[in-house]
Amino acid sequence: MTQAPPRLTTLLDECKQLAFDLNFTYAKQWKSESENRILVGYLPIYVPREIIHASNGLAVGILGAGDRKQIIKGDAYYQSYICHLPRGVIEMALDDNLNNFDGFLFPSICDCVRNLSGMFKLAKKGKFTRYFDYPQNFQKNIGGTFYRELIETIMNDMFKINGVKITNEALNNSIALYNRNRQLIEEMYAIRQEFPWRLSAVDAYHVMRAGMVVNVEKHNLMLEEIVQLISHDFGESLDNIRVVISGSFCEQPPIGMIKSIEMAGCYIVDDDLMLGSRWIIGDIDAHTNDGLNSIVDAFLTQSAPSSAIYDVGNPKGARLVTQVKMRNADGVIFCAASFCDPALLDRPDLQKACDNAGIAHINFQFHENTGQFKVIKEQAGTFSDSIKLWV
Amino acid sequence: MSNPKDAIKEKSMVIQKEMLANLFTELSTAKENGKKVVYTFVPGNLTELILALDMLPVYPEINALQSGMRKRSGSYIKDAEKLGFSEDVCTYVKCDIGMMLNGNIGPTGEKLPDPDLLLLSYTGCFTFLKWFENLERLYPGVEIAMLHTPYQEDGVITDDQINYMVKQLKEEVIPKMEKVAGKKLDYDRLEKMLGNAAKAEELWVKVLETAKHRPSPIDSYFAGVYYMGPLNTAFRGTEEAVSYYEELYKEVNERMEQNLCPVTPEGEMKEEKFRLVVEGPPNWTNFREFWKIFYDMGAVIVASTYTKVGGLYDQGFRHDPLKPLETLSRYCMGCYTNLNLPQRVDLIEHYIKEYKADGFLINSIKSCNSFSAGQLLMMREIEQRCEVPVGFIESDLVDPRYFSYANIKNRLESYFQMLEQRKIIMSQEEAHV
Repeated sequence: MTQAPPRLTTLLDECKQLAFDLNFTYAKQWKSESENRILVGYLPIYVPREIIHASNGLAVGILGAGDRKQIIKGDAYYQSYICHLPRGVIEMALDDNLNNFDGFLFPSICDCVRNLSGMFKLAKKGKFTRYFDYPQNFQKNIGGTFYRELIETIMNDMFKINGVKITNEALNNSIALYNRNRQLIEEMYAIRQEFPWRLSAVDAYHVMRAGMVVNVEKHNLMLEEIVQLISHDFGESLDNIRVVISGSFCEQPPIGMIKSIEMAGCYIVDDDLMLGSRWIIGDIDAHTNDGLNSIVDAFLTQSAPSSAIYDVGNPKGARLVTQVKMRNADGVIFCAASFCDPALLDRPDLQKACDNAGIAHINFQFHENTGQFKVIKEQAGTFSDSIKLWV
Repeated sequence: MSNPKDAIKEKSMVIQKEMLANLFTELSTAKENGKKVVYTFVPGNLTELILALDMLPVYPEINALQSGMRKRSGSYIKDAEKLGFSEDVCTYVKCDIGMMLNGNIGPTGEKLPDPDLLLLSYTGCFTFLKWFENLERLYPGVEIAMLHTPYQEDGVITDDQINYMVKQLKEEVIPKMEKVAGKKLDYDRLEKMLGNAAKAEELWVKVLETAKHRPSPIDSYFAGVYYMGPLNTAFRGTEEAVSYYEELYKEVNERMEQNLCPVTPEGEMKEEKFRLVVEGPPNWTNFREFWKIFYDMGAVIVASTYTKVGGLYDQGFRHDPLKPLETLSRYCMGCYTNLNLPQRVDLIEHYIKEYKADGFLINSIKSCNSFSAGQLLMMREIEQRCEVPVGFIESDLVDPRYFSYANIKNRLESYFQMLEQRKIIMSQEEAHV
């Protein structure tokens, strides 16, 4: 068995450090290096980061505190029956973690995130706080117009802070950088689909999560190297089944849980963990004289399947089945955060679609700070064994 | 826990009961009579549009709460959970789906007709969106119209938002409704209905404002949920609704002039000891027991946020017949759960001051994140701004597993003791001055 290249280990260590730095040291350092730079924090799932980049800003993903921070104040702000993510976010906001952030965006995904935007307003965090209410109407002249106006509002918010007027040239440049970012991510996933042992699910997660807190130029460089390094053969295949993880697009599972699933005999060949980074499917046109229009069009026509998008007539179930087949997966693990309405309300239909397609599945729920994985490991192990033995 | 006797009803309640009975009869014969049926939601409802096109509305949340009050929701919810719905998610959705799985029998015992149109007026609650995705799967092939109501994220309604909504109405929602109804929308008729809506809204506000009187002649929460029924559901825009609110206002006004306290299911309250503002929906599975805890202690709810989920009329909004589509858009965006948190806090502060409340209470609902997420911060804000005792209890909409009578009663009794103590201290301080 050949060992992983040392350079890969170094890069993955760096990603790991970045991914869980809840003080966002890299982003704050980046901001301090030049005048007019701004930091805009955003919650899951998706914001058009190209706009922030073109405004000389850094979009920083705020994914909760996970199991890396003790939640004290956050629990005093939320009842027991509300998911865990906003507790960690408000805890970070009330501590110093989010100091130096200029603005915050709360994408329309559920009522908890929506109301969290109001809590930030009441707590007077950041120079601007916006609920990013992207349209649920996908007609260009209706939802498209509204979406464009919404983005222009945020552009104006940023302009008021740093005085940077976004040029079309700058926007096209940002679009091209994020296109490359998505291409590299897809390359990484494609290699993992065939050779999942070369990059563990945990390492892949760290790479993806690091991309939420560094500038796209740096992340692209890291990805270029990682993709190149994992293109060569090393490691050894295990007798694992191949699964797709579904339902973890907002509150993130603890690393221990991802590790437990893999150790239980399941290669995770696709997931929706960092869906925001992969939201736009394919490239956005980076060569037009209206880059904003390209971003709007991409949202309307190239958005990934998501529980945050109105989906009548275009069932997510069918698309999950396609994803499983495309990845040559053996089954699906429905893995949603407790009290996550969007994921949990979609689950019965997704399960039904899997049943109809003969795809095996199991489900469990988690909190971002779940600390016990024994049951999950046993459940995933049994799932793996049952597929290996009977399917 | 005592066994509540049969409820004592005011005349307006009898009228409303008849209105509802007629509606459900009409619904049960809708298919034979060629009437088209529209399933839609209460917040941001487009009742005038539905009625102007001679269609009949059905409100799944109302069915769910009725199932809760009739003690059927528990089994419906379990049936939905057997289908794979998590214990964690909204119980209105599960109750509604369970009811459909069990034959879709309405509150009068008659079967509700299948929908010809699912009109998703997506206002103030993200779960609505998921709810209707699920309904669409239960009624494959049904026509669907979606109206996305932007959230008042910055505390104002912008021109961009209005244009977005008007365009949706004009280019997508109304054409879809016309297609299902098989007729063109008669704008004259719509405008007349919007005029009727404004009249009823005016009367409703007068009713609500009687609670400023001491003693309040109404309970704005427990009775308020009945009073708001015709305006929030199938009757807004009708002359029937105007007549109902005329009668209700007359009744309430008479009570106010005679300095009477609210009517409860067990008769008239004898004394108003505490005036409260309440945030959050009530529990429906144990509604009467829940209410009884309050009236037994002489507590009257003088203003509530829940009675504003179907429209914030007391803050000045009226449907405007001269701008039909704009007014419908403004209406949808103005419903309580479409306000941002700072607006909600401001409104509650206003109620506490305007209605001279002694305290503020939150009934936090397990399965309603739209209301519940952020309530603990709201409570702190109110405590700081208004310096009144605040209380916090937890229950659910229609899941009987989450209503703990003893816990709620204990908490409320402690809260009322705190209010009592405060009154004594304040009166002593006043005496010293």
